[in-house]
Amino acid sequence: MATSRLSTPTEARRSARREGWTRPRVVTLFLALALLALPFADFGLAGHDPGAALSRMLAGFLRPDFGAVEQIGRAIWLTVAFAVAGVAAGASSGLVLAPFYHLRAVRWLCIALRSVHELFWALMLMQILGISPLTGVLAIALPYAGIFAKVFSEQLDEADPRPAEVLPRGTDALSRFLYARAPLALTAMKHYTLYRLECGMRASAVLGFVGLPTLGFQLDSFFRMGDYGAASAIMICYVVLIASVRQWMRPVLAPLWLLASAVTLALVKSPPMGSGALMRFLTEDIVPAPLRDGWDFTGLLHWLVPLVTDEMLPGLLATFVVAQIALALTGALAFAGFGLIVPRVTPRWGRALGHLGLVILRSFPEYMLAYLFLQVFGPSMLPAVLALALHNGAIIAHLLGREGETLLPTLRRDAPRGLTLWGWELAPRLSGPFLALCLYRWEIILRETAVMGLLGIATLGFYIDSAMAELRLDRAVVLLIATGLVTAGIDALSRALRRRTGAGLSGQTRVEGC
Amino acid sequence: MTLAALDRETLGYGRAAVLPGLSFALAPGERVVLLGRSGVGKTTLLNAMHDRLARDHRTALVPQDHALVPQLSVLKNVLMGRLDDHGALYNLTNLLHVRRADRAGVVDVLTPLGLAELADRPVRALSGGQKQRVALGRAWWRGGAVLIGDEPVSAVDETHAEALLGQMRDRFPTALLALHDVALARSFATRLVGLRRGGILFDAPATEVSDGDIAALYAH
Repeated sequence: MATSRLSTPTEARRSARREGWTRPRVVTLFLALALLALPFADFGLAGHDPGAALSRMLAGFLRPDFGAVEQIGRAIWLTVAFAVAGVAAGASSGLVLAPFYHLRAVRWLCIALRSVHELFWALMLMQILGISPLTGVLAIALPYAGIFAKVFSEQLDEADPRPAEVLPRGTDALSRFLYARAPLALTAMKHYTLYRLECGMRASAVLGFVGLPTLGFQLDSFFRMGDYGAASAIMICYVVLIASVRQWMRPVLAPLWLLASAVTLALVKSPPMGSGALMRFLTEDIVPAPLRDGWDFTGLLHWLVPLVTDEMLPGLLATFVVAQIALALTGALAFAGFGLIVPRVTPRWGRALGHLGLVILRSFPEYMLAYLFLQVFGPSMLPAVLALALHNGAIIAHLLGREGETLLPTLRRDAPRGLTLWGWELAPRLSGPFLALCLYRWEIILRETAVMGLLGIATLGFYIDSAMAELRLDRAVVLLIATGLVTAGIDALSRALRRRTGAGLSGQTRVEGC
Repeated sequence: MTLAALDRETLGYGRAAVLPGLSFALAPGERVVLLGRSGVGKTTLLNAMHDRLARDHRTALVPQDHALVPQLSVLKNVLMGRLDDHGALYNLTNLLHVRRADRAGVVDVLTPLGLAELADRPVRALSGGQKQRVALGRAWWRGGAVLIGDEPVSAVDETHAEALLGQMRDRFPTALLALHDVALARSFATRLVGLRRGGILFDAPATEVSDGDIAALYAH
């Protein structure tokens, strides 16, 4: 009977209100959280003169210098090679895991794999493999395997079940899967893999900031030399490369790209690691220090309590402060900005500019934007908040704008234009998808906030990085597990809120956005 | 002697049961056609009989919605009729490259269906009538003691339908179909079963069913 009571929209709204989870309330709650976080945020400029730094950088950026073509070309090609190899390995492992995703053990393994950020994977793998190509490939492949397994299994579940049902009984499971399940989901899987390659390109570029020979590394060295012209040139190449993925990555060419990537990576020279690094890592390095010579409970307590109070909790607080402020700002930017790319709201030239701006902001990963802003504003939470809000705001604005464009033909013929159309027709109709997208990005923003600690902002990643630098891997692992748990918790909370508010998304939009 | 039987069984789910307390049996050599208005439970009865038959007899099925894999070729969709005769390795390698003997066998089945030319075409590129013939091809290739068909010739014109049912008669000793075309049903069936309002209205040799009986079946 409960279902029939919910059948009219008014009734449904009233019922949702009784439970306290209306969309305006959720939005108010998040705005309040962001306001509450503001007093804890450190936005100081630390003696930096942003004006001077900005004008120096802008001057360089307006005169891109493609002279260092050899270094630029090498960094770009290695960025592609790491991305292609990592995504291919992740996708194939995900495909193998997908049919078993309903098993609890597999599902939890995948959640664990994807709750650790690529950069953290890279830092851990370096302890075992050194700065080798395999470190970079695995840093992408491991979390992506968890993501691919989840998405592929959803796509398989959504495929038409009838062909599998009419197969003769006694058809073995593998043939059943290959003939009547996989072909039906193949198009969706291919589409998602290609999309994931774009994410992989961003991840691969960012891996350079921790020492792998990709774009981030080259960008960092150009900045250190103050060569803004070259930095500008490499960033232009990067945006063009990401924007044109669909042109150069064709399914028929995929084996060729994969082969070329594998050969390139095999030829990359890397410092050798001592033998037994893996065993030492597993049996010694990550074992809590007080337990290495046998069980010692008081010792463990003396080790764990300061770790929690002096590092984990401050790191968590800072991570939440940055993430919540960034999320609120993300929402504001996206809500205000999506009209920029919708016809009948913005004239053609304005839309072109809007698209260009959104593409640039989407192409640069949060981490790289934060790195750039750090050069301007100096170390504080400001670069992190700005980077997160601009990148994520641009993604949501892009998706909402596209959704808005599909709404246009369904509107009445005498619908208004411009800002009136935006405010009266589009914004109310898109409030559901808007909230869903923001909640969806919440988990991603938190993940990225944690990792920005590597840039010196005092979020969780800062403490993880310090522990690694001191070779206290046992402490790093505890902090990593805490980060993973918080990420997975926010993911679950976000999903519950999306369900409660009825803020759903179509499948296509749901999976987009790294 | 019967191949399979239902004895006072209730078909459908819970309160939504469409056919309560139904008895029905199928004997070898019979060609039975179910008649009745849509929603009366023909598909439910066919599915129940299929499940019962498939336990002990090789049974071929032509479902109403064809249940083809649109991304795969006609050839591979037809091959699916015999996946249970081979191991996973055989099926996997066949998916990558169809063995010459299998291809020849399937083409022999496709030729009388008028599909031989389309063997390598993906099913999604076919018309409705062609898809239906692919679903029939899959059943032909499977072969067996019985064919169960739910409106198996609904998407082709009358002359073709008759020819297809002729092929079916030659390939399967026993058949149980649902058809909406009464003339077609009369020419094919040895026995006609009329379903109406949750039960069997008539169940008799085709020659003994009058036009009046059939009119009563579809009357409001």
